[in-house]
Amino acid sequence: MSILTLSLVIAGLGLIGWLTARMRAVGFRRGSTARFSSLPSHFGGYVALWTVLPAALFLCVWASTSPALVTDRVLHDPAAAQLPPPGFDRAAILSEARSLAAGNSFGAFNPLSQKLAPAYAAAQNRNDWIGSAVALLLVFATGGFAYTRVRPDFRARSKIERVVMACLLAASLIAIVTTMGIVASLLFESWRFFSVVPIGDFLFGTHWSPQVIDPADPGKTLGAVPLFWGTFFIGAVIAMLVAIPFGLMSAVYLTQYATPRARRWMKPILEVLAGVPTVVYGYFAALTVAPAVRDVAVSLGITWASSESALAAGLVMGVMIIPFVSSMADDSLAAVPGAMRDGSLAMGATSSETIRRVLLPAALPGVVGGVLLAVSRAIGETMIVVMAASGVATLTLNPFASATTVTKQIVDLLTGEAEFDSPKTLAAFALGLTLFVITLLLNIVALTVVKRYREAYE
Amino acid sequence: MSDAPTLSGLVPGVATTAPAQPERAPTDWRTQSMQRRIRKRYASERRFRLLGLAAVVLSAGFLAVLLVTMVYNGASGFLQTRIALPVDFAHSGLLLTPAELRGPGADLALSTANIEGLTDSSARAAFGPDGDRWVSDGGWLRVRQALKHDPALLTARTTIWVPAADTLDVAAKRQGDPAAEAIVAKLQARHAISTGFNLPFLTASDSNDPTRAGIWGAFKGSLFTMLVTLLIAFPVGVLSALYLEEYAPRNRWTDLIEVSINNLAAVPSIIFGLLGLAVFLGTFGLPRSASIVGGLTLALMTMPVIVISGRNAIKGVPPSIRDAALGVGASPIQVVFHHVLPLALPGILTGTIIGMARALGETAPLLMIGMRAFIASPPARLTDPATVLPVQIFLWSDQIDRGFVEKTSAAIIVLLAFLLAMNGFAIYLRNKFETRW
Repeated sequence: MSILTLSLVIAGLGLIGWLTARMRAVGFRRGSTARFSSLPSHFGGYVALWTVLPAALFLCVWASTSPALVTDRVLHDPAAAQLPPPGFDRAAILSEARSLAAGNSFGAFNPLSQKLAPAYAAAQNRNDWIGSAVALLLVFATGGFAYTRVRPDFRARSKIERVVMACLLAASLIAIVTTMGIVASLLFESWRFFSVVPIGDFLFGTHWSPQVIDPADPGKTLGAVPLFWGTFFIGAVIAMLVAIPFGLMSAVYLTQYATPRARRWMKPILEVLAGVPTVVYGYFAALTVAPAVRDVAVSLGITWASSESALAAGLVMGVMIIPFVSSMADDSLAAVPGAMRDGSLAMGATSSETIRRVLLPAALPGVVGGVLLAVSRAIGETMIVVMAASGVATLTLNPFASATTVTKQIVDLLTGEAEFDSPKTLAAFALGLTLFVITLLLNIVALTVVKRYREAYE
Repeated sequence: MSDAPTLSGLVPGVATTAPAQPERAPTDWRTQSMQRRIRKRYASERRFRLLGLAAVVLSAGFLAVLLVTMVYNGASGFLQTRIALPVDFAHSGLLLTPAELRGPGADLALSTANIEGLTDSSARAAFGPDGDRWVSDGGWLRVRQALKHDPALLTARTTIWVPAADTLDVAAKRQGDPAAEAIVAKLQARHAISTGFNLPFLTASDSNDPTRAGIWGAFKGSLFTMLVTLLIAFPVGVLSALYLEEYAPRNRWTDLIEVSINNLAAVPSIIFGLLGLAVFLGTFGLPRSASIVGGLTLALMTMPVIVISGRNAIKGVPPSIRDAALGVGASPIQVVFHHVLPLALPGILTGTIIGMARALGETAPLLMIGMRAFIASPPARLTDPATVLPVQIFLWSDQIDRGFVEKTSAAIIVLLAFLLAMNGFAIYLRNKFETRW
């Protein structure tokens, strides 16, 4: 039986188990005046769980081990004696025979796979039957066992609730597993990278050109300092020069000056800015902003200005970050106790004096935390720089020159043709690890600052 | 401070008289210097207020410029330029009979006929030696379609509107190169050119030829990917939010879970792409470019968003509901699944839709797992190579061909329309079901 029909059969049996157990429970409840801990559907659920879960678990294990068992059996076939020694050819012939046996392909490139195909089909068939039989046996054994326990005094509800709790716990553990998966995969690949390229060369080298890697000294052209600088320059300097004034002033205006009506309209408009996909910003930056920036530079007399300048990418990224800074500033302004504001106004200060001399200094830690979070978001931003920034790594202070970022290089390195093991692709994981660590640190610092500040006023 | 004088009176050795303060006359606000000072302060107040308004207006203005640019560039992407092509089927030399085309073997018969050649020769006959280059590479498909629709055409001479070639298309809609514009002017004089809605843009897949390229393949890929994301991220996110908010004991493990979720929400999306590449493709050996891998990767990214918004929604359900349910004998599981979850569901759904909207617009992680391949046919299964709408936009934006500029912007309009609809629905849900306890 195929895995799909088998699952459907098991699900059907589970349904039958649910119905029979429920009927039995309804039966013994009828005419009885005793109080039960469980409803009939609890008994039904209990039996259904016992019917389906063990068999499903077995099938999962079986599906992952069965191909190896089949291959093992085929290798004992007399025809398999002619197979070449383990290696690429052998694997190719075996996979060809497998697809022949499964009926996925009709002709074989290799005559040997033609010969092995019947053996494959037979072994596969045999394994399928074993698997189906064991699964069905499990269904009836465990389902029957559960059915015998359906008695008036049996606490089916607490058993089911235990399973539900286990599911809840498992769901929340997925977050930890994901985090560990990120850390482990980045660390593992980076470790392989650093076993080829010295870590010092990578972190402190100032020359980045992964297109030409000298096998004798791969670290020479894999110095990431220009990338770090470009990332910092675009994400933390140019973007913030746009985002901080605009975000802060918008927040001030919306919270302190705007009428509630205007605020109801303006806030969602700002939030739409955050909802626009980054690929749209990237296209806009590349199509409209970058040529405009170049034209401005040329009219200023900078004839060599790049059409993939750091300024274009940074400007658009800054605009993308505005709503983020604005909402963080909004929160911190709202957290300042009203008494401070009222006191200042009562002393005769104008609104703007109150905002500049009282509210903003009081909200400063929160604003700084928000800006740090915004920086962390900006340096992790990918599509804008992929589409609008250049791929050439330069150490420059000139915003009209081209600059590249860590994220752009990760995309460039991994979307080429290179194989998975070359220093070039592994370098992407080392860059990813650096990015992960930096954003993590920024987030931790920012959250600590924000939390401390909130506590100070509570 | 107010009781300071009494204190000093009681404590020996402290002078009872306050230090002599200079007699201060009340401020005369009418003097010129004071008036000037007030004017200055008010002016600065107005400046500051205007600055704030300017920040908001400029931000909104940027959004407006962005949208207007996209609509301006993209509106023509939904239009198609067509040329009236006279085709003489009667003398075409096609080895087909109307009866053949009415029978069940029509598709087979059509596929053996050289309709492409017929289209080219008809175009040359009608428009001169270069005529076949005026018609789009996919123009013959329209001829075949017309023939299939009405086999009686085989014995007739008729005019079929076929899509124009890319260069003419660009020249007809906006400025193209002078040669193409001259051709368009010539065709216009003969009334042999028209513009209509570009249905293939919505029903076709990616193509090298901008006149044939469409978004359906990418759109279907997006649907598949979002389906996987929703099926994984929603249950996991909701269950995990319920656990953390309702049952989790306050201990180190719970803290660890919370810290991981908060950090995952702030991890750059490209890192999730690296995770998908290393784990789903590298370790588990799932197929490259498949929508199931994209969905899994985006699910890991969306889950923290759902958990965080879900926890806020669950927190909003007042404790009295729980106490009441517990009081009538419900078990903790029943309290949560019968009472708390249904009440928190609108809030959870709002957060889920916003998270899904973010995932729908996400590009970078999908580039990492290889969803940037040229896919000319829509995926049929979750494991088929696919691409998604934002990646399609990215791929088209890299094309040199000018015809792709409007296609890119048109695809962006479609994507933005979907995102706007999703966000609007989320806001509607929030307003409709929001309960003030």
